[in-house]
Formats: sequence, structure tokens, C-alpha cells
Amino acid sequence: MAKMLMKGNEALALAAIRGGCTHYFGYPITPQNEITEYLAREMPKAGRVFLQAESEIAAINMVVGASAAGGRVMTSSSSPGIALMQEGISGLAAAELPCVIVNVQRGGPGIGGIQPSQADYYQMTRGGGNGDYSILALAPATVQESAEMIRDAFQLADKYRSPVFIASDGMLGQMMEPVEFGDTQPTLMAEKPWAVVGHGGKRKPNTVKTLALDPLVLEEMNLARQKKYAQMIATEIRYENFQVDTAEIVLCAYGSTSRIVKNAIDLLGQEKIAAGLIRPQTLWPFPDAPFQNLSKKCRRVLCVEMSCGQMIDDVRLAVNGRLPVDFFGRTGGIIPAPEEIVGQVKLLLGRK
Amino acid sequence: MTVVFSKTPGLTENETHYCPGCTHGTIHRLVAEVLVELDLLEDTIGCGSVGCSVLSYNYLNVDMVESAHGRAPAVATGVKRVHPDKPVFTYQGDGDLASIGTAEIVHAAHRGEKITTIFVNNAIYGMTGGQMAPTTLIGQKVTTAPDGRDIAHSGMPLRMSEMLAQVPGSAYIERVSVHNPKAVRRAKRAIKKAFTYQMERKGFTMVEVLSTCPTGWGLSPIDSLKWLEENMIPYYPLKVFRSPEEDYPQ
Ligand SMILES: Cc1ncc(C[n+]2csc(CCOP(=O)(O)OP(=O)(O)O)c2C)c(N)n1
Ligand code: SF4
Ligand SMILES: [Mg+2]
Repeated sequence: MAKMLMKGNEALALAAIRGGCTHYFGYPITPQNEITEYLAREMPKAGRVFLQAESEIAAINMVVGASAAGGRVMTSSSSPGIALMQEGISGLAAAELPCVIVNVQRGGPGIGGIQPSQADYYQMTRGGGNGDYSILALAPATVQESAEMIRDAFQLADKYRSPVFIASDGMLGQMMEPVEFGDTQPTLMAEKPWAVVGHGGKRKPNTVKTLALDPLVLEEMNLARQKKYAQMIATEIRYENFQVDTAEIVLCAYGSTSRIVKNAIDLLGQEKIAAGLIRPQTLWPFPDAPFQNLSKKCRRVLCVEMSCGQMIDDVRLAVNGRLPVDFFGRTGGIIPAPEEIVGQVKLLLGRK
Repeated sequence: MTVVFSKTPGLTENETHYCPGCTHGTIHRLVAEVLVELDLLEDTIGCGSVGCSVLSYNYLNVDMVESAHGRAPAVATGVKRVHPDKPVFTYQGDGDLASIGTAEIVHAAHRGEKITTIFVNNAIYGMTGGQMAPTTLIGQKVTTAPDGRDIAHSGMPLRMSEMLAQVPGSAYIERVSVHNPKAVRRAKRAIKKAFTYQMERKGFTMVEVLSTCPTGWGLSPIDSLKWLEENMIPYYPLKVFRSPEEDYPQ
């Protein structure tokens, strides 16, 4: 397939169809409507199912039903909608139901605004819903990566029987870039002997459930899930290192913010200031290792987010006191400018 | 020796956890018998709910998925959209369906979702210990209305069958009871019709079953049956509110 010029949201949608998504349930919310509208148009043509739900609560529970019934299922929303879905997401994690959940983040809290934001980091990586669970969160930085990560997300969801987040944002969702899909066929769905499809008189009934009133049983189930999470931590962490080895200051940013940070690093380079970037591609599990292996040259770490500072908690945990960790961010839908970041770096390094 | 009665294969061997005199068990049995008689048992997928019937998947011999409180109609929608030709049902209490889950049930009906809802109305939150439900009767004493439900404070009890019968996507809505053998037979006929219409893809189908909660009501099993007949039926009339056999104005 040739390169196409597409919006990030549309690329996510097309990649979902190409990734074998059989069922999509969603509720309109800006800035992710292009996903819902694209799939309303294209899913039926591909012989798949699109359904507009009456709310995000209904949408995520339709995901529960369709995933339990063996479908390859996706929903998408933006920040307040993801907040409404949390009960369902906790349930999906507990019932070990695979699905993909796209969050095209916008400014909050509350109804907030409709401009780009990264203020849902806590919501996606700290549970969000009740109970002991974690959800793989992939964070693309380009339209191309958005498409690739959706494809991977469906595979990871099946592999771990787990929901997977795509942590996008309003800027990435709305920007147009060339994207290539390649000719690979979607991977087949995993066998799902646990799915509810009717027992056919051939086996005992399957039940998909999360209720466990016996604390010993519930503890055992939670510990089993922790083993799965440990395996994710061991095998699924992704990040990009950009000019880290020579850097006297290492910045950390994900998603569209990471692109602005790269611009800032180029500007700093012109002034002979060596800066680098660690770009987490998985927000959970978070890439600790690159922060533990920083070279002696590195004097400080600066976390840049479109929020008041959320990912910085993970950066601090990873750095574990070895270096000072500072924060720079814009919030409420304001996109930080490279020059602001340059200014902050110079301030921290005591340069004019 | 001839067998004159045996337990339906639609139920598992598990003993139910319901209180003595609770009619949840009777309603389970009716659903199970209907699925066997219609030869649907092997294909059926059930959606449980949160309430005393939360463990219904242990008793009904069908594949089942648990649903969060009130969300069974949305879960059932997801299941049905994956298996459009298979029978799909929800089994929900009145707190589940008429309180926290009103949006989901209205919109499942509104879409004409081809599912069957078994709506067990016992005018109380049984599982959590006898609090007020939207269906609790005027003057009925419950733990969160200790002096009895008061209209000025909490409104009139909600009649869900009457309400859902107004929704264009509803194909079949009937209210039945299980307080005596005759009522039980009628309830079974209604459940059978609902599943039959579902398989004929007529639209959304629901059977509301008036049910006892001796524990929550603070009555003996026998007195509960009497209380249901004397107090619930006058307010919740037993009738067919909507049927595909009758024409409704578009
Ligand atoms: C989100 C959520 N809120 C509250 C509860 C607590 N809860 C469990 S069952 C129930 C009421 C069930 O009543 P009903 O649906 O009438 O069923 P019954 O027990 O009477 O059969 C409530 C409020 C819960 N499990 N989940
Ligand atoms: S509390 Fe009420 S509804 Fe629940 S099992 Fe006991 S009698 Fe039945
Ligand atoms: Mg009840």
C-alpha cells in the first residue's frame, strides 16, 4: 500500500479495521470524533460491526459483552468519556477480557476543554477504576506510530487477555501526516475457549465473571494477575532514546510533546548545549531502565508534559534520587513551544 | 418405574443460595425449562446482574457473563452483536434495572435489541439488606425509608413495563407473577413467548416477574406470597403491555 495523508484519528480507525477489529462501540466526544465517524462509514463495508452507544458507560459495557462473546473489540473516547468508563475498564481487567481503548486526551479536569492535553496519565497508569490492576498503555508520537500501535495493541490484548490503552492526544489525533500501512494481513485472533458462545451441549457452561466473595480466592486471583503484569513489565516496555548518551540534560516526554521536545533539543544543539530525550512508548509499564543507565555526563533530568506534572512521578521513581528531576509543562490545552523548553533547560543548567 | 418429574437439565446441580421462600429460584427454573423446551439451551448466552441473582451463572446451565450493576442490557447488546443468531438474555433485579440501569434498559429497548430481559421486581434491594428501590410501594417500610415510602419525598413507584411499552423498539412486554401455581404457569408462557419473539427477531422483549423477598420484607414465605398478591398486583397489574400480535401506532 502506498503512503496516504491521514489525520491521526483516521489512521487509528483504519489501522483498527486492518488489525482485524470486528466490533466497535463508541459515543461522540471531541477531539476523537473522526475515529467514530470513520468506523461508522467503513466497518459495515468491511463486514464488521459499528454501534453508537447511548453513553460511554454503555459503550464500555458493550465492549465487555462483545469481548466475552469472542469478538475483537475496540472503543475510543476522550478524557471525560474515559472517566465514565472506569468501572467497565476495572471489570475488563478483572475478567481478563481483551480489548483496545483509545484515549485522545483533552484538557481537564471536569468537562475541561477540547484542546490537546496529557492530563490523563494518572487515569491510565494509576488504575483509574477500583482495585489492583494495571493496563498496558501505548503512547504513539506520530500518525504512523498510531497506526502501528493499534495493530500491536490488538495482539497484546489477545496475548495477555487484557485491555490495552492507546494514549493519544488532541494534537496527534487532529494532525495530518503521511502514513503507510504495509501489506501485512491482520494476525488471527487467539483461540478463546473461555468465551461465552453457547456450550453446545459439549462442555460445562463458561462463565466470565469477576465476583470473588472469598478473600482467599480473590487474593489468589489478584496475585495471578500480578504475575501477568510482571510478565508485561519484563517483555513489553518500549521507549526511544534520542541523543541520550552525550546529553548533559535528559528530557523525558511522550506523545506529541516529545516531538516539540525534539525541536527544542535541536535548538539547544545550535547553542552547543547537549540535551537528549527519553521517550516512553509504553506509559505502563514505564521504562525505568534508561533512567538507571544514564551516562556520567548527565547532570539533570527534565520532564515535559501537557499537564501539571503526572508522568514526573514515574520519572522520579526511575531516577530514584540519583539526579535532580524537574518539571516543565503547559496545561488546559496549551501546547508548549520549543523556545519555552529551551528557556527552561538553560535556566536549569545556569546558561544564558 | 416411570419418571413423573425430574429436574430440568436447564439448571445445574448446584444448590441455590436464595433465602427460604424467595421466588428467584422459581424464576430461574422457568427460564431453564423454557430454554430446554424451545431447544435453545445449547446456544443461549446469559448476562447476569448485580443483586441477589448475581450468582445466577452457577445455577443456569448456559454460558454466562457477569455484568456490572445495571449494565446487563449493554453487555447483552455486545454479546448479541457478536452472535446475532443466538438467544441472549439478561436477568436483572428492580434496583439493577429500574434504578442504576435505567439508561441501559431504555436504550436496549429503543434500539430494538433482539434480547430477552427477565426483570425480577421484588420492590426492594434484596442483596444489600432491604433498602428502597424505585419500585418500593407507597408506605412500604424499608431500611432507607424507615417510616415507609413517602410520595413527597421519593415519588411514586416506577412502573417499568408500562414505560418500556411506550418505546418503539419494544416488541413484547408482559408483567407476570409467581405467587401461586396458576401465576407460575402464566409466567412460564410469557417467558416462552419472549424467547420465541426474540428468535423471530421481532425486537426487544421483556418479562417483568413480581417476586417475593421474605427476608427484606420481614415476612414469612407464606405471608410474602399473600403480601405480593394483595399489595403489589393492585399497583403492578399483570398484563401484556405490548405484543407483536397487536398493532401499535407508529
Ligand atoms: C456500582 C455498584 N453500586 C452499588 C452496588 C451495591 N449493590 C449490590 S446489589 C444492589 C441492589 C440490588 O437490588 P435488586 O436489583 O433489586 O436485586 P435483588 O437483590 O432485590 O434481587 C446494590 C445497590 C454494587 N454492587 N455496584
Ligand atoms: S434477600 Fe430477598 S431477594 Fe435476596 S435471596 Fe433473600 S429473599 Fe431472595
Ligand atoms: Mg430487588
